[in-house]
Amino acid sequence: MTKQHANWSPYDNNGGTCVAIAGSDYCVIAADTRMSTGYSILSRDYSKIHKLADKAVLSSSGFQADVKALQKVLKSRHLIYQHQHNKQMSCPAMAQLLSNTLYFKRFFPYYAFNVLGGLDEEGKGCVFTYDAVGSYERVGYGAQGSGSTLIMPFLDNQLKSPSPLLLPKQDSNTPLSEAEAVDLVKTVFASATERDIYTGDKLEIMILKADGIKTELMDLRKD
Amino acid sequence: MSQSAVDVPPKGGFSFDLCKRNDMLTQKGLKAPSFLKTGTTIVGLIFKDGVILGADTRATEGPIVADKNCEKIHYMAPNIYCCGAGTAADTEAVTDMVSSQLRLHRYQTSRDSRVITALTLLKKHLFSYQGHVSAALVLGGVDITGPHLHTIYPHGSTDTLPFATMGSGSLAAMSVFEAKYKEGLTRDEGIQLVAEAICSGIFNDLGSGSNVDICVITKGNKEYLRNYMEPNPRTYVSSKGYSFTKKTEVLLTKITPLLERVEITEVGEAMEE
Repeated sequence: MTKQHANWSPYDNNGGTCVAIAGSDYCVIAADTRMSTGYSILSRDYSKIHKLADKAVLSSSGFQADVKALQKVLKSRHLIYQHQHNKQMSCPAMAQLLSNTLYFKRFFPYYAFNVLGGLDEEGKGCVFTYDAVGSYERVGYGAQGSGSTLIMPFLDNQLKSPSPLLLPKQDSNTPLSEAEAVDLVKTVFASATERDIYTGDKLEIMILKADGIKTELMDLRKD
Repeated sequence: MSQSAVDVPPKGGFSFDLCKRNDMLTQKGLKAPSFLKTGTTIVGLIFKDGVILGADTRATEGPIVADKNCEKIHYMAPNIYCCGAGTAADTEAVTDMVSSQLRLHRYQTSRDSRVITALTLLKKHLFSYQGHVSAALVLGGVDITGPHLHTIYPHGSTDTLPFATMGSGSLAAMSVFEAKYKEGLTRDEGIQLVAEAICSGIFNDLGSGSNVDICVITKGNKEYLRNYMEPNPRTYVSSKGYSFTKKTEVLLTKITPLLERVEITEVGEAMEE
């Protein structure tokens, strides 16, 4: 007797792609602005990037209702932290908080694929990638979402050391200038848009530096 | 009397022998391989002097675009064309097959093909496969009896209509037709309306995209406008370009010599006859 499966799922996938690249004194976080369901478009102008703290910005693709709920939890925990410690949370601290929050719902997960970007305590760029239940790692660059399988190999080709046995030892930060990183992100999204139906409309790029956050918008294919 | 087990080759078409095995495998958890579907928006309409067919050019494999500029308007006869939605292999195979049958029929009858002939051949074939040939078609052409436009569904049913849409973008395209279609459109009005309907599918349906193909068929003449509109250029091309350096590094080179060549001289008697 085969097990009966539910006809209804609590989850939906709203698509989209998120990318982050860490530099020596900056961090670039980018995501497309298309929100979709099935074969239809819900919004061409939905931001997937959210500022959690001065030095920590979260970009999430997946089920946007779960993403919204996750952000509310993180925002309130951050407020409590600010009251208790009289300062903003650092990016590595926020990274740990996000991991714990996700694992808390280990058996009914947030359907959210996250990339956290920001500046660490030393002022260098940092990027953390997550899976849906909170496993995380600090990396030099990361991609999540429907277009991640198209984007990640290209970033590996351009940014990754060919072998960990080679010297000099590669830093976890990528040796790119800010302009090069932004150019790379634009190229990578234009390419992913060509081949992934859930990525497109507009590209939102946030550049985080010690003196503040700059936002840029670029058009992508709308089909 | 012995029973001889002779392997008779299948008569052609589908053999359903492996269905039981496939069922068993899916129950055990094996995922069936996916088909290349065309996603698609295809339309047709009848105007004053004939028929106009339109299609988008995106072919999808799940969420990935497999072909950004494929041809969905297939040739059936000099005066008949057919748009196809559904599984790409099925639409190609079925339109090619019926196109060949029509040509042979033309040689036999010494007459131009009629649209209802193509229609009957297609619906007979699709019905006999009970919907397993996943081809949804918009068939249009002009023959001696006038302009005709039909839709054909994968199970073999057909409709005869003044304007029609099929595919995942059919609702987006039909909304344009229902708002703006009227009888007796001129050629330019018809082309503009078809392009608008396909664009509606391209921009609002994720399964359709890229360019607009149009085919205008009138009495004694046809115009195949491939890539009539290209409303989706690439938005960003890096000015500096990217290079792909060889990412393999030689870590160790070791030469292992082969064994020395040894000459063997035969000692013994020569071979006997």
